[in-house]
Amino acid sequence: MLDTRDILETIQMIRQENLDIRTITMGISLYDCVSDDEDRLCQKIYDKITTRAEHLVETGCDIEKKYGIPIVNKRISVTPVSLVGGALSPDGYLKLAHTLQRAAENVGVNFIGGYSALVHKGMTDSARNLISVIPEALAETSLVCSSVNVATTKAGINMDAIRLMGSAIKRAAALTADNNSIGCAKLVVFANVPEDNPFMAGAFHGVGEPETVINVGVSGPGVVSSAIARAGDCDLTAIAELIKVTAFKITRVGQLVATEAANRLGVPFGIIDLSLAPTPAIGDSVAHILENMGLEVCGAHGTTAALAMLNDAVKKGGVMASNHVGGLSGAFIPVSEDAGMIAAVEKGALSIEKLEAMTAVCSVGLDMIAIPGDTPEEVICGIIADEISIGVANTKTTAVRVIPAVGKKVGDSVDFGGLLGYAPIMPLNTYSPAKFINRGGRIPAPIHSLKN
Amino acid sequence: MKAVITVTGKDGVGIIAQVATECAACDANIMDISQSVLEDYFAMIMLADIDKLNVDFSEFVDRLAALGRGRGLEIHTMHEDIFNTMHHI
Repeated sequence: MLDTRDILETIQMIRQENLDIRTITMGISLYDCVSDDEDRLCQKIYDKITTRAEHLVETGCDIEKKYGIPIVNKRISVTPVSLVGGALSPDGYLKLAHTLQRAAENVGVNFIGGYSALVHKGMTDSARNLISVIPEALAETSLVCSSVNVATTKAGINMDAIRLMGSAIKRAAALTADNNSIGCAKLVVFANVPEDNPFMAGAFHGVGEPETVINVGVSGPGVVSSAIARAGDCDLTAIAELIKVTAFKITRVGQLVATEAANRLGVPFGIIDLSLAPTPAIGDSVAHILENMGLEVCGAHGTTAALAMLNDAVKKGGVMASNHVGGLSGAFIPVSEDAGMIAAVEKGALSIEKLEAMTAVCSVGLDMIAIPGDTPEEVICGIIADEISIGVANTKTTAVRVIPAVGKKVGDSVDFGGLLGYAPIMPLNTYSPAKFINRGGRIPAPIHSLKN
Repeated sequence: MKAVITVTGKDGVGIIAQVATECAACDANIMDISQSVLEDYFAMIMLADIDKLNVDFSEFVDRLAALGRGRGLEIHTMHEDIFNTMHHI
């Protein structure tokens, strides 16, 4: 029997606290598109995507209407293209990027992920060719997202790949200089990348995935934040419990939407990604959750502990609400996409070093951070190497999505618009790691005993 | 299957009658109504059986929302499953 209080609570979550389904992402395997002919490969990929995802957007809109909950994004992830590109030349890979763009436009999704390579242990010629044109691909398309996995806990860290990615990020920034270097916002460097992540820019359809799959990412920082604000003066045990209960409710809606989408599209349900994904909208901030827990500003000492508790409680609440959990699952802490993070950076309370510490206990990594445009390539490589090491040593996913905004310096800001938000340029430690980075090679996989 | 219809906004004559008329026109059977007026603020939750709906559910949602807009009210219609899923194990 429906209870009036329950009805009002749900409506309040949706209307006032920005509860939404952040994304329905359809994963599509491209293995059966393989061809030794460049044009035929592109045509088969285009045909497969536009056939499989033909009804994705309209189905998402129908479900949105049925349950009265916004489904903000409908997206596609595909098999990492370096695994199906075979002998494609760099020009061939560029052509493939345009194919993905046209397919995404045709079906009406707002991003397509999988312009990706997995190079954690070494690099095939195919992956090298792909990486060499990632900056051009991101500059010449608007919907294509790219990711490169450069490390795993089992394989160690491919420092040669990190060196290439530092260069790719700088070139992507330069090629999109007239648009706030937005190319870099569509490029992620990963450690321990998940194969079923529905969130962009890092989504791709992993090697162990079925032919087609539906993965759903939930959100709701505003709901958690409001619940904590209403709780008043209670201890942290009570706060953790409250977060769990709230995460459970949010995730149940995600499960409902995912099941319905999978059934309507005749595609297996994959996973729910239990994430608190902020947006720049007021009241949709992970930083504000931490501040409601009792921090004066996000970034104050205590932030890492608060975030660790939040992240853990979200997972504990969400796991019971869903059949299958996967993807990134945890609190996201992008700077430009979170009003509270932006404010904390502007106040000088939140530094990149603190953000790095925070990524050791939550989802993803250094995300949507704008840095000075004149940052040397080696410093970017150093940022990547540090962040990736945290993931490798702690057996978790970490990632880097930084934007060296051309022509901008500390004190300036960049506005990407929409969900990508705006970001103040953050200062960096400018001492050079060049010699360390330029050594190249691989950092061996870490030992898993003698833990300290 | 049931739909939960919530109506909020400035009170006035005939709100329930108009919503009920629209429901009847779509063959949605009203099963329960809870309503309150605080000063001149009107709030109503209505539960309607939609098994025999003669239009698509999404059209039903749109028609009620349009009715609300015409009178300066917010009318949201949602399938009951979202509430059951969120609040019941």
